[in-house]
Amino acid sequence: MSYLSLTDGDRDAMLEAIGVSTIEELFADIPAGVRFGRALDLPPALTEQELTAYFEELAEANADPSQTVSFLGAGLYDHYVPAVVDTVLQRGEFLTAYTPYQPELSQGVLQAIFEYQTAICELTGMDVSNASGYDGTTVAADACFVAKHATGRSKVVVTEATNPQVRQVVKTYAPGFGLEVVEVPHRDGATEPDELREAAEDAACVIFQQPNVFGVLEPAPDLAAAAADAGALPVAHVDPLSLGVLEAPGNYGCALAIGEGQSAGNPLSFGGPHYGFLAARSEFIRRMPGRIVGETTDAAGNRGYVLTLQTREQHIRREKATSNITTNQTLLALGGLVYLSWLGPQGLREVGETCLALAQYAKDRLNFPPVFSDKTTFKEFAVRVGRPAREVVSAALEQGIHPGYPLGRDYPGMDDALLIAVTERRTPAEIDRLAEVLASCS
Amino acid sequence: MQLIFEKSRPGRRAGHVPAHGLPVPEVPAGLRRDEPPRLPEIAEPDLVRHFTKLSTRNFGIDTGFYPLGSCTMKHNPRVNERFAVLPGFRDLHPLDEESRTQGALRLCFELQEALVEVTGLDAVSLQPAAGSQGEITGLMLMRAYFADRGEAERRRKIVIPDTAHGTNPASVTMAGYELTNVQTDARGNIDVDDLRGKVDEETAGLMLTNPSTLGLFDENIEQISEIFRSAGALMYYDGANLNAVCGISRPGDMGFDIVHINLHKTFSQPHGGGGPGGGPIAVGERLAPYLPVPAVVREGDGYALDYDRPKSIGKVRGFYGPFGVFVRSYAFIRAYGPQLREMSEAAVLNANYLLALLRDAYELPFDRLCMHEFVLSARRQKREHGVTALDIAKGLMDHGFHPPTIYFPLIVPEALMIEPTETETKETLDTFADAMLAIAREAAEEPELLKEAPHVRPVKRLDEVRAVKNPVVRYGFEEHEEPPGAPAEPRQLEAQ
Repeated sequence: MSYLSLTDGDRDAMLEAIGVSTIEELFADIPAGVRFGRALDLPPALTEQELTAYFEELAEANADPSQTVSFLGAGLYDHYVPAVVDTVLQRGEFLTAYTPYQPELSQGVLQAIFEYQTAICELTGMDVSNASGYDGTTVAADACFVAKHATGRSKVVVTEATNPQVRQVVKTYAPGFGLEVVEVPHRDGATEPDELREAAEDAACVIFQQPNVFGVLEPAPDLAAAAADAGALPVAHVDPLSLGVLEAPGNYGCALAIGEGQSAGNPLSFGGPHYGFLAARSEFIRRMPGRIVGETTDAAGNRGYVLTLQTREQHIRREKATSNITTNQTLLALGGLVYLSWLGPQGLREVGETCLALAQYAKDRLNFPPVFSDKTTFKEFAVRVGRPAREVVSAALEQGIHPGYPLGRDYPGMDDALLIAVTERRTPAEIDRLAEVLASCS
Repeated sequence: MQLIFEKSRPGRRAGHVPAHGLPVPEVPAGLRRDEPPRLPEIAEPDLVRHFTKLSTRNFGIDTGFYPLGSCTMKHNPRVNERFAVLPGFRDLHPLDEESRTQGALRLCFELQEALVEVTGLDAVSLQPAAGSQGEITGLMLMRAYFADRGEAERRRKIVIPDTAHGTNPASVTMAGYELTNVQTDARGNIDVDDLRGKVDEETAGLMLTNPSTLGLFDENIEQISEIFRSAGALMYYDGANLNAVCGISRPGDMGFDIVHINLHKTFSQPHGGGGPGGGPIAVGERLAPYLPVPAVVREGDGYALDYDRPKSIGKVRGFYGPFGVFVRSYAFIRAYGPQLREMSEAAVLNANYLLALLRDAYELPFDRLCMHEFVLSARRQKREHGVTALDIAKGLMDHGFHPPTIYFPLIVPEALMIEPTETETKETLDTFADAMLAIAREAAEEPELLKEAPHVRPVKRLDEVRAVKNPVVRYGFEEHEEPPGAPAEPRQLEAQ
């Protein structure tokens, strides 16, 4: 099958108009030595019907998600995505448009991004948001780049209780940015402000996560103050769905707020595509990476929207740009906007409270000691299951429950620690079942 | 049109969360949010209408012809959308057990194999989220490779032609390299004499798009390749224009060591108004050990994630890359199979046909057959009638077309960069050419009309300078506070 439209007659007429007799002649500029002399060795073409059979086979080769009740999180979460999100994202005018370089043809997506930026600013308590980054890991690297140029310092601090995916990506990018990465250990699941302050000396920024990778609420205002004390920019990595019940980073002194948008409006999709968000105080607006949409007027004085502050960007500034980002995650960010509008402030609060309540119910029902004592958590928490957590996961799966993430994968000495995520999609009955299954597995 | 925040009314809502009947634990003061975010309060009917109306103020490939050069705006097959949301893909957690994600890993592996074949290289990482991330990843691979050879301190320079995408030099800086520019010769190729003087033992590598952003295949690619090989440097292929050469010429065979592939261009991942994209990188054998972790590998009868890569640069993105993009792009590749060559042939035929129709009305800075796209100049229209490439772009909107890319590449003044792609009919190309010819006539006869274009869009030409001078990048709730149902704005009353 192909998606081509030319008939044989078209081809002949077109070749004649060009003044050549074969398609081959159009490739005359390609030196013989680099021409590909055979057919591509790919499986034969498939019709739509055959493709459907093949892709259904691939999808079914994965475990059927509807047959497992999952408590797996550790960065991406099984939250409900309403139908309106799919409806809007499948509008061809959004789905099949390019980056809105021509504003008169792109008011739809430009206004939607402006609304997205507003929603992210409201969630995070910040003044300015970009139009999205790749995901919750790369926006952390972006934040380091902003901080390096804002402060002139060449070190960044990341707390060890920040999601390992985020830390790994920061470490990959840092050498190219000329940055050294220092990690601050957690003490019983949370970060000590004094320890952070010491590490933040001469640092461009401090990245911490709220709630952190263990689901534990950090003393975020104290961490932000400690970073600021040392002259480093405080950067909070936050879960957007927590921000109906947890304080906004802008309200406790953060310079930037970043995060993974997946929990707000994107399906899991085996890790992507999702959107990362990056918001900042207004003083950093000209250092922001990526697209930003601004309001303006048209020639008749009516309100309209354009990509703005483009002198930050690669297509204008080239090697002096604030980032190389071009394609971002607009459609996924639009999904985020639709979702957040669907929830509204009341719904957002209810999702947060439901996660808090169900997670507390799970803590009470499970007969395992918490890994970190006396800590407030949001929707995720860690318990010690008394034997290697990986084995518990395998055993529980046999009974249709995915009980969570074995923290030993990332944290030495935590082989028996299981990180359990409880979203609003879980029910008390499912939690009862989790308790039963875990009791039988450990 | 009103913003969704302006349609908001206290107490309205769309979504509800199932009741649980459980007590809600207290969040400690200081960590608790007391002031709710001002998200829109809107019911579902108006929510749907709002975004539907916004969509009607947008232009996609589904709306009409979209010859945006360098962006490969081809038809996005709808069945691929269905595949991406099959429950076995959509609801799959990336940290689930490998034994439970075999279908997804197999898809990744098979896509890697297909990209190996199309690029003529040896190994692929699907992790980078976009072309620009593929670029910086490729530069990190270069650094890791030279570090291993003890040459990283010395090799600091990356050579880039003046026709390059802006992402190339931006990536060079972000990766901590220094930029060396090389010129374009009179035929639109890299100026090989200029190049010879600029490649030495301090050069880490080249970044090149071939065909270039002029839509021209570099006729000296073998010499260029030899220059870098003999200097011990590496070559990076910016795959933005891969749509021209699938099954016709492979970057690996041209001598490139690293290639990124824009899945949202050549392999039809819908661009979504600015993303998501996908920017996998393919590399030759000697660079494979440095690829990001984890690698998706075959293990016996199954597939696995391999983290045991001691020389890897690390992770450049969360998990394994934008999987949903892989689903769509792999479906696209499997629809064509070996006939991907016919896709590229049709792309090149369409571009040359359109060029033949337009070459007399506009200046053609490099008079050659083109590949999948070509660059015209509106220099003559500007000189003789004061009509710029921007005016022509806006004029095309009134004819129902999306304009080409304008003012790029930078070396062509008043550039109009046109990429029709393979999926268009001859009739569409004819109608577009008629519009371009009509605009060329209008430029001579009624230039003022063009300078005020567009005339039939929901908005007139927008003031980009104003947006920069006084950046308004979020809705100002405070400035717009007025009770619901308040009278029309005084400004309008005065106007009457």
